[in-house]
Amino acid sequence: MSKLSLKQTLKDLDTKKISIRELNQDYLKRIKEKDNLNVFIHFSEENVLKQIDNLEKDDSAKKLKGIPIAIKDLFCTKSMPTTAASKILENFNPTYESFVTQKLLDEGSIFVGKTNLDEFAMGSATNTSFFGNTINPLSKENEPLAPGGSSGGSAAAVAADLCLGATGTDTGGSIRQPASFCGVVGIKPTYGLCSRWGIAAFASSLDQAGIFSHNVEDASILLQSIAGFDQRDSTSAKVDIPNYFENLDDDLNGKTVGIPKEYSIDGTPMEISQIWEDAIKVLEKKGVKIKNITLPHTKYALPTYYIIAPAEASSNLARYDGVKYGFRSDEINSLDEMYENTRAQGFGREVKRRILIGTYVLSAGYYDAYYLKAQKVRKLIADDFNRAFKECDFIVTPTAPSAAFPLNEKQNDPIKMYLNDVFTVPASLAGLPGISIPFGEDKNNLPLGIQILGKHFDEQQVFNAALSLERSYE
Amino acid sequence: MKIDKNTINKIARLSRIKLDDKESEDYIKDLNSILDWVEQLNEVNTENVEPLSNISSSILPKREDVSNDTNSSEEILENAPDKLEGFFAVPKVVE
Repeated sequence: MSKLSLKQTLKDLDTKKISIRELNQDYLKRIKEKDNLNVFIHFSEENVLKQIDNLEKDDSAKKLKGIPIAIKDLFCTKSMPTTAASKILENFNPTYESFVTQKLLDEGSIFVGKTNLDEFAMGSATNTSFFGNTINPLSKENEPLAPGGSSGGSAAAVAADLCLGATGTDTGGSIRQPASFCGVVGIKPTYGLCSRWGIAAFASSLDQAGIFSHNVEDASILLQSIAGFDQRDSTSAKVDIPNYFENLDDDLNGKTVGIPKEYSIDGTPMEISQIWEDAIKVLEKKGVKIKNITLPHTKYALPTYYIIAPAEASSNLARYDGVKYGFRSDEINSLDEMYENTRAQGFGREVKRRILIGTYVLSAGYYDAYYLKAQKVRKLIADDFNRAFKECDFIVTPTAPSAAFPLNEKQNDPIKMYLNDVFTVPASLAGLPGISIPFGEDKNNLPLGIQILGKHFDEQQVFNAALSLERSYE
Repeated sequence: MKIDKNTINKIARLSRIKLDDKESEDYIKDLNSILDWVEQLNEVNTENVEPLSNISSSILPKREDVSNDTNSSEEILENAPDKLEGFFAVPKVVE
């Protein structure tokens, strides 16, 4: 199966080689064929056909006119329900549109469906969803693999060619890790580049929207479309958004890449160390200076994250109380009982675990010891990167410590599951942009990912380095 | 052990999440193992380090101070599990 790129499709639509209807019929057919992967929480053919009808009547030129896009079911959409993969939002129909999806609609894209995720984006395998597991499209018969998470449905949608791009959100690696597991490109931009307005909140100081695509060029086109200032998000950045695609330049001659020694972790499979070395060699051949850097607080990033993220989550998820929207328990003899039963029955196990941890670390007597301490270590982690970026233009590391693992393999031990994010969490804490691109395979022919990190708002450098590595690998 | 039966009940109560006995036991185990693991942060010297709460490096812009009045009560109530005459409805609170 040869996958069309977004860039090529835009040309084909422009030259009338293919119509919007023909293009989307093709994707609809595949979506129905691949139903067994459980990629979508919400899919309606009728809804897609209606969008095609409307676009056919629309004469205006639009940048993404007719392009099929999948939306992570964490973004509020007026035209489709929004669940965050939780029972507590099972019947929620937003009355407003998220900033990111509104931008995509304004550009004329077609939403093919809402993709599966870990409940409230809490997980690394898309196996905490109330709506069941998503299966990695690269699985072999009878050996279902996890697509990664939390944006596993969006990564799988791109990998199975059910759309030309998908939105995701990344709090500690939820775009980059599933991109690596599914063999697609995934970019988490700088914190604040894309408005959080209308995205169900998990950990607000970390949450950031981003893009999955077949290749780096497509990612640069789509990120351009969803970035921008929005006054409804108090941390939205007022920065100029360059035309990433027009400015793409794979000539890295004279640039410096930072290689952090702390990312060589005991127990990392040989194959992962190997692709990392391969990537460095490729860059060296292209005239890039290799600089060994040190990020001394790297090993503290995960425990820091697993204090800060649950603390913020416990606060953000207080809004699901059975009063304003979503599920309400039947056992409601008093107001308190209504809250307690609604939340007990509405949230899944991992979400409850994080709310409880978060409540504990914020509670009187423990706040300084846990939450404040974590915020201080976070500062040291951010400072590490600031220092490192004085000596290099971008940083290259592996994306994840393994290839896609079998479904449910790591479910019982929370800490083991959290280790999936070991290479992605530090940049999240520092708010830096990061991309994962497919680069090499393991012994079972499963894709592995390389991560490229850049300075704040230097997505262009991240794209350029990614393009250069992608071209050398193809 | 940092989290015992009393602590988990207290946290569950603060979180407004009802737990049965089996769940309480599981969470006591999970939370203790997670808290033991995050304990390693105590190795880090954070004296005179400012806590970082906002990572954004851009300057947060101020908005114009203009009133923006819309009546969207119908929209707001649209997803409510129970409503009454323009209000959210909940079980009786006052006898």
